[in-house]
Amino acid sequence: MARSIKKGPYVESSLLNKILRMNNTSEKKMIKTWSRRSTITPDFVGHTMAVHNGKKFIPVYITENMVGHKLGEFAHTRIFKAHSGHTKKVLTKT
Amino acid sequence: MARIAGVDIPREKRIEVSLTYIYGIGKALSNIILKNVEINPDTRVKDLSEKEIGKLRSIIEKEYKIEGDLRRDISFNIKRLMDIGSYTGLRHRRSLPVRGQRTRTNSRTRKGPRKTVGARKKEE
Repeated sequence: MARSIKKGPYVESSLLNKILRMNNTSEKKMIKTWSRRSTITPDFVGHTMAVHNGKKFIPVYITENMVGHKLGEFAHTRIFKAHSGHTKKVLTKT
Repeated sequence: MARIAGVDIPREKRIEVSLTYIYGIGKALSNIILKNVEINPDTRVKDLSEKEIGKLRSIIEKEYKIEGDLRRDISFNIKRLMDIGSYTGLRHRRSLPVRGQRTRTNSRTRKGPRKTVGARKKEE
């Protein structure tokens, strides 16, 4: 279920403050954050965030297209495991 | 022949249903449109006058996003998700279910026909 529009997008207030402070002084620094649940607002554009994926921080460069998504969407928490090269081997054997 | 929004030529059916042959129009939207132009949804397409069809054509082509435009929009949205590297985009790229469904079983619609992997024997 989507969040009520009345409330507006959720951004961790401490994170937003940090971003706004950086925007005022126009400095660029990577911000480490655990707040994967924060929505990306237009203020974030151009910054690089280090988003925690449960194990380490994944650097995410925020572009305009990402506005409206959550930070967590860009730091994947799972490792993709697949069987290696079975398609090729099976084809040659039969 | 009734020709609305390009190639769709549904005849012999009730317009309520005929309109749903257009990509982007379902039964609900078709009913809304018919209410707007004041046509009984039960009339057959062949019984419609040229004027009524013209009215339908103009309202559909002007107000709603259908067919090619809609298809382009949708694929563009998916492409955007893939480009920004979001989790949803990643699932699209792997053609796996996007909305958190289980993949241990089922999800055959996204994955396609079953491909048995099995254990491979060691190479001699």
